Amino acid sequence: MTAAVTAAPPAPSRLADDDLDLLLLIRHFELALLDMFGRGELHGTTHTCLGQEYVPVALRPLLADGDHVFSNHRGHGHYLARFGDPHGLLAEVMGRQGAVCRGVGGSQHILRDRYLSTGVQGESVPVAAGVALHLRRAEPGHLALVHLGDGTWGEGAVYEGLNMAALWRLPLLLVVEHNGIAQSTPTSAQLAGDLAGRARAFGVAHTLVTSTDTNTVRAALAPVLRRVRERGTPAVVELRTHRVGPHSKGDDTRRPEEIGYARAQDWYARYARAYPEQFAAHDERQRRHVAEVVREVAGRPASRWEEAGRG
Amino acid sequence: MAERVVENLNQALHALLADDPGLYLLGEDLVDPYGGAFKVTRGLSTRWPERVLSTPLSEGGIVGVAGGLALAGQRAIVEIMFSDFVALAFDQILNFASKSTAMYGRAVPMRLVVRCPTGGNRGYGPTHSQSLQKHFVGIPGLTLCEMSPFHDNRAVLAGLLGSGRPGLFFEDKVLYTNRMYADGVVDELFRYDLVGADGDVARVWVDDPEQCDCVLVVPGGLAVRAVAVARELLLRDDIVCQVLVPSRLWPLDVDGLLPAVARAGRMVVAEESTAGGTWGAELAQAVHTRRWKALRAPVRLVHSADQVIPTAAHLERTVLVQDADIHRAVKEVVTGA
Repeated sequence: MTAAVTAAPPAPSRLADDDLDLLLLIRHFELALLDMFGRGELHGTTHTCLGQEYVPVALRPLLADGDHVFSNHRGHGHYLARFGDPHGLLAEVMGRQGAVCRGVGGSQHILRDRYLSTGVQGESVPVAAGVALHLRRAEPGHLALVHLGDGTWGEGAVYEGLNMAALWRLPLLLVVEHNGIAQSTPTSAQLAGDLAGRARAFGVAHTLVTSTDTNTVRAALAPVLRRVRERGTPAVVELRTHRVGPHSKGDDTRRPEEIGYARAQDWYARYARAYPEQFAAHDERQRRHVAEVVREVAGRPASRWEEAGRG
Repeated sequence: MAERVVENLNQALHALLADDPGLYLLGEDLVDPYGGAFKVTRGLSTRWPERVLSTPLSEGGIVGVAGGLALAGQRAIVEIMFSDFVALAFDQILNFASKSTAMYGRAVPMRLVVRCPTGGNRGYGPTHSQSLQKHFVGIPGLTLCEMSPFHDNRAVLAGLLGSGRPGLFFEDKVLYTNRMYADGVVDELFRYDLVGADGDVARVWVDDPEQCDCVLVVPGGLAVRAVAVARELLLRDDIVCQVLVPSRLWPLDVDGLLPAVARAGRMVVAEESTAGGTWGAELAQAVHTRRWKALRAPVRLVHSADQVIPTAAHLERTVLVQDADIHRAVKEVVTGA
């Protein structure tokens, strides 16, 4: 049931320009948010995906418009990879006009077409199983994908949903971004056994991917998604990744060497070293693009929640 | 003789599934030949094996699946075997199904109903006898209804599913075996009609619907008991008590109650929930605010004791609201005792 994909080669592979642009868009979007929080220009909270940007970028061409994607609290990259819409997302985070959800949902609660995020861990797994139940009957070949973290596997909802998906043969894909830490608690202190064993207990295929190279990850994921579509059975993919930033903002209590280790694994610096010319041009372009998005959205009037939209 | 309430509910589910090919029914032990712990779902899985599914013991997961079906534009009804277990689905109800109707900044229809066999008097003990309605009062986006012998279940369930808001439907377990009332007749003394803006409130009266000494408001699960109390009050104490049974508990339909309350000037609310934070307290507050000057006495609340519900019948009676409690409350309010 468990298929391991070997670690990325020492040097990352060269990325297509559009993949690199998307990775960098997400990176600079997240950096801009932390920067704005630091200056007191954002209200509330946020969870950035620094270091984990390649997960939705690797998945992007493997997903069809008819697939449902369920995201979580750390979902900016998932949204940007699906829609390429930094204006709508930033307006949502800032509560400005043009916000995807009028500023009601904010960073963690977004619904657009077949993309939904919520702020409660694990809640989306049975919901996605319900969507997959409908897809199996009405739209075979499509799937429901849930992004979750290693910490989410403490929630019973994950197992209830996975159990039904396995019993009923539902096209449900759980994509686990295993970054080794749940807020401040290391995985070793919150997860007994391992995810491979947990998936095996349900008779569900599990694939481990340790690479952070977008091309390699995509190649490893492609057959998994194909199997979920063709067989209509659930699968778990576990991506060993690295949270380069804090859980939220300024709340990183890891030891310096732990943060240093995560940074050493970061695709961003490694790619910059491997392909300096390609990287520099795209990095600068996306940095400026995001700066312009921030400037433009910050100048918009406040979002409005119409009475008719209040449920 | 009219059908039993459980038959009416079973036929309602048959009709809804026949009418709507996008409607699913999920729950534990629903499929034939078992047909559900209270036999409400008998025959359904035989007709619609793809859409009537027995599930694992996963109340939270089942309601989550229903939420997913609703999100995908389908409809879903979930049976919780004993409503006590709906506590296990609280997150999906509170944080997903109800919130999703509004938290994305626009109205998102979530067409799902969670059916909750409810209440005591069957000796099932502390974790199988509760009336948990009060714990779901005041959740934005969520509607609460209760099964009654006056309200046709097909219409109530279709209304809930059609509203776009998720709903909880509480079904008193003793009521299943009672008969539906039909044609405006309760018995040789009492008549009933449906009033309020959408005919939501069943009004039970003797002689003249415009005349009574006191209004007794109860959810559907207490309807038969309330009618028995009204009969006793009339025959023993010469007190004319009008019983009002709203199908919808939340959001409150105060407008449907106010005309009768204002005429009588006296109101008692009875429910089986244990004390504290009750539905009746919400009703009382609403009536006090809107019709204080028309009241001759404050609204009186009757409910079960602030205790767990024991198993042994003689102990269960000491905790659950009894007909005598309701009788005494109405009499005291009317006589000013």
